[in-house]
Amino acid sequence: MDWFPLWNSLRIAAIGSVIVFFLGILAAYYIARLPRVLKGVLDVVLTLPLVLPPTVVGYCLLLIFGPKHPVGAFLSTIGIRFVMTWYGGVLAATVVAFPLMYRTARGAFESFDETLAYSAKTLGLSNTFIFWRIRMPYCRQGILAGIVLAFARALGEYGATSMLIGYTPGRTATISTTVYQLWRTDDDAGALFWVLINLAISAIVLLAVNLLERRNGWRKRV
Amino acid sequence: MSLSVDIEKTYGTFHLKAAFTVTDGVTGILGASGSGKSLTLKCIAGIERPDRGRIVLDGVTLFDSEAHIDLPPQKRRVGYLFQSYALFPNMTVKQNVLCGLHAVKDKAEKAHIYGETVRMLGLERLEAHMPHQLSGGEQQRVALARILVNRPKLLLLDEPFSALDPSLRVRLCVEMREILKGYGGPSVLVTHDRDEAYMLCSEIATADAGRISAPRDTESLFARPKTAAEAALVGIKTVLPATFADSAHISVPALRVTLETIGPVHEDLCAVGIRADGFAETADGFSATVADVLPTPDGRLVLLRPCGGEGLLYWDAPAPWTLPVGGTVTLGVRPSAVLPLYQDD
Repeated sequence: MDWFPLWNSLRIAAIGSVIVFFLGILAAYYIARLPRVLKGVLDVVLTLPLVLPPTVVGYCLLLIFGPKHPVGAFLSTIGIRFVMTWYGGVLAATVVAFPLMYRTARGAFESFDETLAYSAKTLGLSNTFIFWRIRMPYCRQGILAGIVLAFARALGEYGATSMLIGYTPGRTATISTTVYQLWRTDDDAGALFWVLINLAISAIVLLAVNLLERRNGWRKRV
Repeated sequence: MSLSVDIEKTYGTFHLKAAFTVTDGVTGILGASGSGKSLTLKCIAGIERPDRGRIVLDGVTLFDSEAHIDLPPQKRRVGYLFQSYALFPNMTVKQNVLCGLHAVKDKAEKAHIYGETVRMLGLERLEAHMPHQLSGGEQQRVALARILVNRPKLLLLDEPFSALDPSLRVRLCVEMREILKGYGGPSVLVTHDRDEAYMLCSEIATADAGRISAPRDTESLFARPKTAAEAALVGIKTVLPATFADSAHISVPALRVTLETIGPVHEDLCAVGIRADGFAETADGFSATVADVLPTPDGRLVLLRPCGGEGLLYWDAPAPWTLPVGGTVTLGVRPSAVLPLYQDD
């Protein structure tokens, strides 16, 4: 039994989610403060990968990171290749999952009671403290929802991934590309097996979130 | 210790102009909502930035538009009690208060200041509680503890009682008086409630449409308001246009009479305020018709329209008084209830 697709999917989704977590929060935090017009434009650009077909995103990524294009050519001279490698999968997952994190985090930040930040400042607390110890815990639910959505999207990513990194057993195969490959080659039992694996992971993630939610009950305000 | 403020800020059509000096003790800013009181506090704390001017606290310049000084709120050492108390909802009472002690590194000293303050404010039982488990009054005490352990040079209190049940307000007002006395430094209390201002403040500035006046002694403000805006804030309901007659008389065209007053009257007088309890029925006075009668806990509030004149008079009439709406009554005014009012300078 070759477990590589499971391991590969998990590492791509996990690393992708971590990157998306930081990028999404950073973008949400800073863009919320920008003037309205600039905010609108950036909002459209950053949300685009959510509404574009994944194949279009994959094509765009190939246009930028393909070895015959300037950025990709430059990166390959320093030894980084996104085409046909597993970290290309991380790149695809990051781009596709980013808008989910960004949008949910922005919604959460906008609901933050700014008075809490003001009072913390007058107490002499640093902006870093305010961000990580007051703002983030306050917006915890929204941000957690964002990570879960981003992780689920990254795990299920197919279109952009298959265009950028293809399907090479033992090197770039993910659960979703494996399901398609097995089904295409009439291995119904194999495809169903990976479908069940995917279902199990998704169920575990959602269950974990629900448990986490129940444990921290301070937001139940009267 | 003292605070001196001289700032201006424009927000669309709203223009804030505040110039005053505050020393130790409690100074009030009394004004209707939207008059710029809270904005003034936010400028002092560094949450809002004035367009121009200067703020100096205890010799330290907090803000100076000409010298390009604008200290961040973290460096101003100004304690700010918000109307909503702004307790951090994800921390216990103890963690909240310790947030105010983050700058104290010495553990023994930290524990000492913490223990002393918690005892003084009676928070011992509540240390492990979360803010949402506390009553409004308890939340206020936690917020005060968090501010006091931070040893601010100035205390700003933004409508501290408005979020509380009215039946609690007086008791907490008394508590607050003790706490402020213990604090000792200068504090500024913003409120729209004249009773709160009267009980807590030794001096009061008034806020009217963005203009914050220089603070006046509380007793003299309530006994002798100088402008129509001050009169309205201290609860004088009847204000009528008037002119100078002589040093002890004011002529009131709306009533077609000249009223006697005890205070000296100056020539630039522009209006007269009449206390609601100052009217009495007499044979030789001015006549007015009853426009409406409202029951109050102490008697009747009678709204009168002067016969042949403009404006509305408010009279706290004794309880048995029963004249029908539309009836006519002849009234005089006690000299001590007649207040000469002037243009704002």
